[in-house]
Order: sequence, then structure tokens, then C-alpha cells
Amino acid sequence: MNDKPKKQYDIAAIMNENINVMRDVVPWANETRFRVTKVEKGHVFGVQPWEDHLVGDPETGVIHGGVITTFLDNLCGMACSAAMTEMRFVATIDLRIDYMRPAEKGRDIIGEAECYHLTRTVCFTRAWAYHETRDKLIATAAGTFAINKARFGGPRPKPEVPQT
Amino acid sequence: MNPQLTNPRADEIDAILKRLPFAQTLGMRCEVLGDEMTAILPFQEKLIGNVAIRALHGGAIASFLELTAMLQVFLVSDMPRPPKPINLTIDYLRQGHAKDLYARAYVLKMGRRMASVRAEAWQENRAEPVTALMAHFLVATD
Repeated sequence: MNDKPKKQYDIAAIMNENINVMRDVVPWANETRFRVTKVEKGHVFGVQPWEDHLVGDPETGVIHGGVITTFLDNLCGMACSAAMTEMRFVATIDLRIDYMRPAEKGRDIIGEAECYHLTRTVCFTRAWAYHETRDKLIATAAGTFAINKARFGGPRPKPEVPQT
Repeated sequence: MNPQLTNPRADEIDAILKRLPFAQTLGMRCEVLGDEMTAILPFQEKLIGNVAIRALHGGAIASFLELTAMLQVFLVSDMPRPPKPINLTIDYLRQGHAKDLYARAYVLKMGRRMASVRAEAWQENRAEPVTALMAHFLVATD
């Protein structure tokens, strides 16, 4: 074991400072147009605007469930990072979505995710999507995430065997 | 296309995809032979979720699988319109690489009110699925 204490970072604060940078490195998030509005320790908030190109039912104008899945998946993943004290990437293991009621046409959807437990390898999260308050939900999510070993500023991964 | 091989609802699947803005955003299409449907998600740069490792976004894969499952229920039913999702669980088994993705869905139970559906997405090898989905849809029309 390394007995030197590991350097601790306030990842949530770093993420909050770079809130708009994060979307640029996720093209699919850029396509679905959601914004991250606030990052706290283990907690992330965002807004998913209604857009024509996201409609999943042309008769009602309701946006597709997949948009909400994308939104909550991303917020949950970010909530994991925001719960940590060193920068790590996380990968979704599984995600469950329950659809309570359709989102209303033309209205923003508010999303909120929290990482409520963290082990060395796995993060446990839950998330909510609603228009006004959590009393009237559009959808909920429960997701688990694997913590990747790769780390910013850490030792580089071993180079792969060169191809001959 | 050979009309004898074609399910009469196959044309409807095409029509639904064409008028669903979100299906157009994803850029997916479907090939139907009888009651068997393969959904295809051609690779596009906008489907990427992590530019560093060039992996497909989990949300894009989940959206694709949800639509595949929904269309499969529609294909094997006589519903006037595609069913509404109740819930879904997605297992991310392998990284989705920056290439085309395929999917098939199986209706495990078609009830009067609900349908249980399993769907799998793969890339090079059907036996090595990238993502699996289990979903329930409301099929009652009242």
C-alpha cells in the first residue's frame, strides 16, 4: 500500500466551474440539447428543453422517452464524478427508467441526479425528471456505474504492444 | 422486396419511422422479414458520448433499443399506433464502438394490457451484445 496520503480534490466544485465545457465533449448531449445547471457534491441538476427534433409522438408533440433516458443517464454519471475526490471516468453498468407521465409539449424538463452510495468500484445513483416539483414526476431512474481506473494527471496507461 | 415475404405491417413500420422526428434524429431504419425485424443505427458522429474513447452514448443506444422494442410490439400486434413505454432496464455489456449498431427485439409476452419485451444491440458479433434492454409497454387501447 502507498502510505502517502492521496491528494484530494473537490471534483464537484471543478465541475461547477467548467459546467459548459462538459457538454462540448459529449456530442450526443449536444444533439439532445440538455444543459447542466448546477453541480454539488454527489448531486447534479440539469434542464432538458423541448425541441421539435426530439418529438417521439407526432400526434401529441411529447418528446421521446429516449431523450429522458439520455438526460438522466448523463446526470447520474456526472453525479458519480461529483461525489468523488479524484477525477475518474465512470461507465454505466445498468440503468432502470420508470415513466410516470408524459412530459408536456413545449415545456422544459428539470432533471436531478444523486449519487447516494460509492464503493471503490461502483457508484449507486437515482434521478428524477419533472416540470415543477418532484411531487409530480415525469420519470425516475436508478443506475449503477463502474468507476474506471484511468485518472487525469495520474500515470499514463501502459502503451499497447506495437503492431507489426 | 418479395411481397410474399413481407408482413403487411412492415410498410407501416417505415411510415412510423419517417414521421417520428426523434427516430430521424437518431437516423435509424428497420428491415422487416415476416415477423422478424432488424433495426439498424448507422454510425454518425453525433451519437458519440465520449470523445476521448470514441464510444457511442449510452443514451443513444438506449433510445435506439427502446424504439426497436416499441416497433417490434407494434409489428406483431394489431394496435393502431405504437405502444407507450412503462419502464425499461438497460444493461450496458460492452463499449459501443464508433460504427453501425444493429438490434432485434423479442416480445416475451403479449398480454391484453402489457407487453414484455427484450431487445439486444450488437456490432460485429451477434453473440457479443453491446447492450441489452428489458422493457414493458402499455398495449391497452382504451
